[in-house]
Amino acid sequence: MTAAVSFHRVSRHFGSVRAVDQVNLTIEEGSFFAMLGPSGSGKTTCLRLISGFESPTSGEIRIFGQDVSHVPPNRRSVNTVFQDYALFPHMNVRDNVAYGPMVAGVGKAQRHAKAEEMLALVKLDGFGDRKPGQLSGGQRQRVALARALVNEPRVLLLDEPLGALDLKLREAMQDELKALQQRLGITFVFVTHDQGEALSMADHLAVFNEGKIAQIGTPAEIYDKPRTRFVADFVGSSNVLPPEVSERLGGGKRWSSLRPEALRLVAPEGAQLSGTVTGLRYLGAGTRVAVDVAGTEIAALAPSGADIPAAGAAVGLAFDAGALHLMEEA
Amino acid sequence: MTGTSAILPERGLADRLSTLFWRRPKLLLLLLISPPLLWLGIVYLGSLAALLLQSFYSIDEFSGVVKEEFTLKTYGELFRAANMDIIIRTLVMSATVTITSAFVAFPIAYYAARYARGRWKAVFYLGIMLPLWSSYLVKVYAWKLILAKEGIITWAAEGIGAGFLLDAVLSLPWVGGNSLSTSFIGTWLVFVYVWMPFMILPMQASLERVPLSMLEASADLGASRRQTFRTVVLPLAMPGVIAGSIFTFSLTMGDYIIPQIVGTSARFIGQAVYQFQGTAGNIPLAAAFAMVPILIMLVYLALAKRGGAFDAL
Repeated sequence: MTAAVSFHRVSRHFGSVRAVDQVNLTIEEGSFFAMLGPSGSGKTTCLRLISGFESPTSGEIRIFGQDVSHVPPNRRSVNTVFQDYALFPHMNVRDNVAYGPMVAGVGKAQRHAKAEEMLALVKLDGFGDRKPGQLSGGQRQRVALARALVNEPRVLLLDEPLGALDLKLREAMQDELKALQQRLGITFVFVTHDQGEALSMADHLAVFNEGKIAQIGTPAEIYDKPRTRFVADFVGSSNVLPPEVSERLGGGKRWSSLRPEALRLVAPEGAQLSGTVTGLRYLGAGTRVAVDVAGTEIAALAPSGADIPAAGAAVGLAFDAGALHLMEEA
Repeated sequence: MTGTSAILPERGLADRLSTLFWRRPKLLLLLLISPPLLWLGIVYLGSLAALLLQSFYSIDEFSGVVKEEFTLKTYGELFRAANMDIIIRTLVMSATVTITSAFVAFPIAYYAARYARGRWKAVFYLGIMLPLWSSYLVKVYAWKLILAKEGIITWAAEGIGAGFLLDAVLSLPWVGGNSLSTSFIGTWLVFVYVWMPFMILPMQASLERVPLSMLEASADLGASRRQTFRTVVLPLAMPGVIAGSIFTFSLTMGDYIIPQIVGTSARFIGQAVYQFQGTAGNIPLAAAFAMVPILIMLVYLALAKRGGAFDAL
């Protein structure tokens, strides 16, 4: 596999703030790569380093093996879907999509044909004459996608592309983006703060924290085997247990994580963990039961249909031996 | 809060009024906009209508009395060579001043909108507005001194040995003259200076509304800076440029003081209106002259609209 994008000890500082700090990263060609992290973690800056809107303070960025650290955005074979879509309000949809070929000097008939082709790809045939202001949020997002794809980029960058859409539309677009990526076979790199979105869409993801990559791997690796407390906590609200508790539960004296869905509610007598219920949160598919175990709050996910204890009740928690994941931090 | 009423007690007139306005929101709107509407409708549009009416009257050449009968004769007088000269001179000056202002103002407005932050933004506004605080007449007389034959420009030009350049400029046909302060170049310079804030501010406002991501999207799709400027920045800034040009164009067309103080003895529309309605007592011709800038502005706006200048609004 060739590397579509690679970072070699890349840093980007803004004054004294290290937005991106000594990042090494390889994104393989044809992958759907997610950069996940809270706001201010450096994920967006990394995306802007790839598109060329930021220059690295130090380090080297390569796109398909070529050093692009000092190449301006208009000469990189990557295109971006912007968070606010950044459609040109004074042009109709067709001219927006045909913008790339237009600045490249492609004739009118040809670039309009190309634009129509792209609009068909994102299922917006017949919308060419409308102005962006006349479209819904979801349609605007599709136009932005078509416009970014028209230049046939080798890497498509998406900056929180679904952030402004409502839940239903967001889920539909997630499937569609995934299908589109598989059909086109080009590398997608997308930035998100939504861990569910990252896990469901990406085939590889990097979790960012404070300008560094906390962990990189497949969604299953990240979810099941978080390396640090931060990753365990950020990806899927896991129970993070301190070293003493891990040890008592049969692990080593290190921090560990225990997924709420791996815990079963049992009778308190003889259970691996026991405590009192402090809170209940109904989630539809199940109920999240918060249990205070000797001062540590542990959440369990009780499937719908199970007996839900009342707040204040004494309960026990059971789990299979393999469910306790020991992390690297002691 | 048990036992209290679900409705809070009314606290006097202010509460009663706000309840009234809450029930009838249009009443408040009516109260708010009727004074300005009356002002615009009666004082402004009314005088405009009176002006229009006057321009269709004519003056009796022997008695000098205004004949209140409908005629197009007064408008016909505008087409006399001497009057056409005034109109064309004013039109060319207004266009030149507007184009120059646009070129000078754009980089300033662009800098202010895109790069100036915090303290520098305050410095920008102060710098733009400061000239407006001092009297217009003071500024124009100051310029007369600057541009005079004994003024600082001549002195500086001679000091650096560029006196011949100044002489060359002043010896140009039409625009040249005895000194800068008695030439069209001088009039043009003062107009550009005096109306500049009116060009910069609307431009800056429209440029400020162009999000950075739009410029980035353009570059991302392969556009050079020049292409981005031509296809994205300029069209989006156009409403501001047009708004600014309406100011500079119409202010130049209507002004009668600057060409009086700085420039040649050749008259502009404003001066003609001033003389016809004053000393000459020819109100109909003054009115007809005054209609010219209004008509030109209407044509200008129609052309701008057809050219797509307001597409980004």
